[in-house]
Amino acid sequence: MSEAIHIHPREVGHEVHHGDGHGHHHQSFITKYIFSTDHKMIAKQFLITGMIWAIVGGLFSVLFRLQLGYPGQTFPILETVFGSKAEGGLIKPEFYYSLVTMHGTILVFFVLTAGLSGTFANLLIPLQVGARDMASPFLNMLSYWFFWLAGIVMLSSLFIQTGPASGGWTMYPPLSALRQAGDGSKLGADLWLVSMALFIVSSLMGGLNYIATILNMRTKGMSMTRLPLTIWALFFTAVLGVLSFPVLLSGAILLLFDRNLGTSFYLSDIVVNGQILPNEGGSAILYQHLFWFLGHPEVYIILLPAMGMVSEILSVNSRKPIFGYMAMLGSLFAIAILAFLVWAHHMFVTGLNPFLGSVFVLLTLLIAVPSAIKVFNWLTTLWRGNIRFTPGALFSIGFVSLFISGGLTGIFLGNSTIDIHLHDTIFVVAHFHIVMGVASMFGMFAGIYHWFPKMYGRYLNSTLAYIHFWVTIIGAYLIFWPMHYQGLAGIPRRYLEKSMWLSFNQFADLDKMITIVSIIVFAVQLMFVFNFFYSIFKGRKVTTTNPWGANTLEWTTPVNPGHGNWEGEIPEVHRWAYDYGKDGREFIPQTEPIGANESKH
Amino acid sequence: MALGFIITFQIAKASEYVAVMRGIEKSRKQTNKVNAFLLLVFLIAGMIGVYYCNERLKGKILGAPASDHGVHIDTMLYITISITGIVFVITQVILFWFSFKYQESDKRKAYYYPHNNKLELIWTVIPAIALTVLVGFGIFYWFKITGEAPKDAMVVEITGSQFKWEFRYPGKDKILGKKYYKQIDDAANNPLGQLWDDPANHDDIYVSGEPMHLVINKPVKLVIGAKDVIHDVGLPHFRMKMDAVPGTPTTMWFTPTKTTKQMREETNNPAFMFEISCDQMCGRGHYTMRGEIIVETQEEYDAWILGKKPKYYAAFPDKDPSAPKADTSKAAAVQPVAMK
Repeated sequence: MSEAIHIHPREVGHEVHHGDGHGHHHQSFITKYIFSTDHKMIAKQFLITGMIWAIVGGLFSVLFRLQLGYPGQTFPILETVFGSKAEGGLIKPEFYYSLVTMHGTILVFFVLTAGLSGTFANLLIPLQVGARDMASPFLNMLSYWFFWLAGIVMLSSLFIQTGPASGGWTMYPPLSALRQAGDGSKLGADLWLVSMALFIVSSLMGGLNYIATILNMRTKGMSMTRLPLTIWALFFTAVLGVLSFPVLLSGAILLLFDRNLGTSFYLSDIVVNGQILPNEGGSAILYQHLFWFLGHPEVYIILLPAMGMVSEILSVNSRKPIFGYMAMLGSLFAIAILAFLVWAHHMFVTGLNPFLGSVFVLLTLLIAVPSAIKVFNWLTTLWRGNIRFTPGALFSIGFVSLFISGGLTGIFLGNSTIDIHLHDTIFVVAHFHIVMGVASMFGMFAGIYHWFPKMYGRYLNSTLAYIHFWVTIIGAYLIFWPMHYQGLAGIPRRYLEKSMWLSFNQFADLDKMITIVSIIVFAVQLMFVFNFFYSIFKGRKVTTTNPWGANTLEWTTPVNPGHGNWEGEIPEVHRWAYDYGKDGREFIPQTEPIGANESKH
Repeated sequence: MALGFIITFQIAKASEYVAVMRGIEKSRKQTNKVNAFLLLVFLIAGMIGVYYCNERLKGKILGAPASDHGVHIDTMLYITISITGIVFVITQVILFWFSFKYQESDKRKAYYYPHNNKLELIWTVIPAIALTVLVGFGIFYWFKITGEAPKDAMVVEITGSQFKWEFRYPGKDKILGKKYYKQIDDAANNPLGQLWDDPANHDDIYVSGEPMHLVINKPVKLVIGAKDVIHDVGLPHFRMKMDAVPGTPTTMWFTPTKTTKQMREETNNPAFMFEISCDQMCGRGHYTMRGEIIVETQEEYDAWILGKKPKYYAAFPDKDPSAPKADTSKAAAVQPVAMK
């Protein structure tokens, strides 16, 4: 199969390789399932690892929701599991902050970056551009294993005496830099930084590979404007990652230096626990600039793949072309550019120069324009369609709904005047959970339900899928919608108990309700995980190569494609991916040549 | 819960078998109708839910702002809520209505409609205009709020550390004396690291463990700092907020427009207090880092500050003129404040 990778597919893909060993060469368990270089297997590795992390991260949120809904109540089981960190079954503040920090870190990086892009970029890029594998399968394998290593380092920090990092997922120094400032700033913070450095290496290797594959390994006829929007979205995601993750790496390394080598990049004029530190001249705000220069693009690294998949799935299931392909592409591009120019909107109240602040207001609210275009185009895609509500389609519709709700609250926060009041309140928590967390999760679920047949040759149980969808979307709104009101009341984030506050103690019932709903939603996610693993082995078998009646290339491969994807030649592409309902035909695959009498679009 | 899982799973499995027996296609179409209907129900129930949630909770958010900037911020908030609210309702209704209306039907064929430049132009321009309005208002208020404090503003310094707030008033010279963090020494009565060489420090008044006092309708400029990690001075009733960064002092100013007493009457809550919350994660006691503010009349404030002695005298008791001859010095200390 290696030849397929070295030979330029556009020139040769059609002449040689009549199955010269694809799929038949013998593979041991280790090369097939562990150190695999097959992009499909690597995608599954990313997905399953991501799912395990999602369970851990989700469980953490249930634990700290217990504290928020039932402050001061004891849960003896917690002491059994977590020992001294939950002495007497009470969640101690330091433990609470560890849970919050790990929840954020795990979900943002391990689940919604690695789990989402890692899975679908690996699975879909070669299959949808018509390549036998990634540009560098070996680098691709390394990318997964660096991610795995990052995970192991992070996991180990959960078990050390002083506990994992607890300064919030943003890890702002000086809190994260000073061991004296809290238990989570001791060894846990070093492990967090090392893990993050490894993660960035993984993400870079993956990203470069995705870009190289998309640019160089498209099959004959697959011009850039014939690419499905999933691929475009994954392409911009990879570009964002490659350009912004190194900046976070520098931020993390400098923080490691400050912690361990006595440098003063972020430290100045500090007296902590009565101890006067020698560091002078550093700037704590510098870290925030470095962090958010990644941190904001990161939001789009999480969101864009979901947008791409939703565009594809909505089009397939409404049996209509995606409306305004070029506008969708242009808006992806605009979002990718603007993603780099808005980072300081996270820093309106750090003492930032107000004029600079106003520039960032303008650029931030500008993002609403391409976002609005996308929403209107999705709506028009549904208009006069013939919609099949597959689980993938439902999650896509849910994505659009959540993206609207969460996107609109972004207009509040991006406007610095309102941000003064809402900054670092629960309003922010509600906003980004809806627009980035839950919406992207919905995109991920949509992708899993849609491409599971391609991954495992079986279907997920659809009754469980529908229960999963309905409980999750109702639950997501019940959890996060009322949180906006807590934020409007000014309640700061990361307050584990509000009883001592005169202005913030009026929501006890609401907090209980939210906690109960989050437990239910979490249970339903476990049900999904069960459905996933059960269906891998026992799901209803896929009997046709193209179960959804879709146009893209992945559905021209065998039901269970081997290493190398296509048994014969790589098919040639003659049209864009969205000829649904054209000239009275339900769908026209990309591989079909343009007919003589075919109408133009 | 485990039981619930098992039951759900069995039902799900059974329904799959039934579907296979009855014909996948037929049962799929039936499920499609159910889901389409549920989407419509979700829209209606959701909109009722949004209304109900607002009815239940709108009384629990802060009420009228207690500062001039707060009024601007609330105005901006309501402008944004109206515009985004309209967009929210329209787009969600369209989303779920289209989903319901264009559910799969044997009678309809999907309409091939790949693009329409005119439409796309319209929905690029309309959001752009709406956003220009929001940016315009936003920046207008932003510069009002973040502009220079008025010259006659009183100055108060606020310093955060794990997990408390300390205040310093500049005294009769209206100048906060210089400080240097290496001079911080609680034992030597110098919790803020004031440089005693600087005469401006000699009359600075240090306040801790009690509320900050401010004067109604008098602009106040807060000079904000932190000793150890980043904190944030959050003033929810005044709608103000600014980080406290070690090594980089920040400022913010506003004019309180309601006294604590007035707020107590308005809210019917005799225990009402303006609160200072720490809004930036600062360690294990973050959620307990609470401060209080009392807004009062000039006379009440004068009376309060009269009872305060500069920290300088605590550090150097021999310099305290009030120690040997209390009466005269007190009068001297009061005068400048009362003159204002």
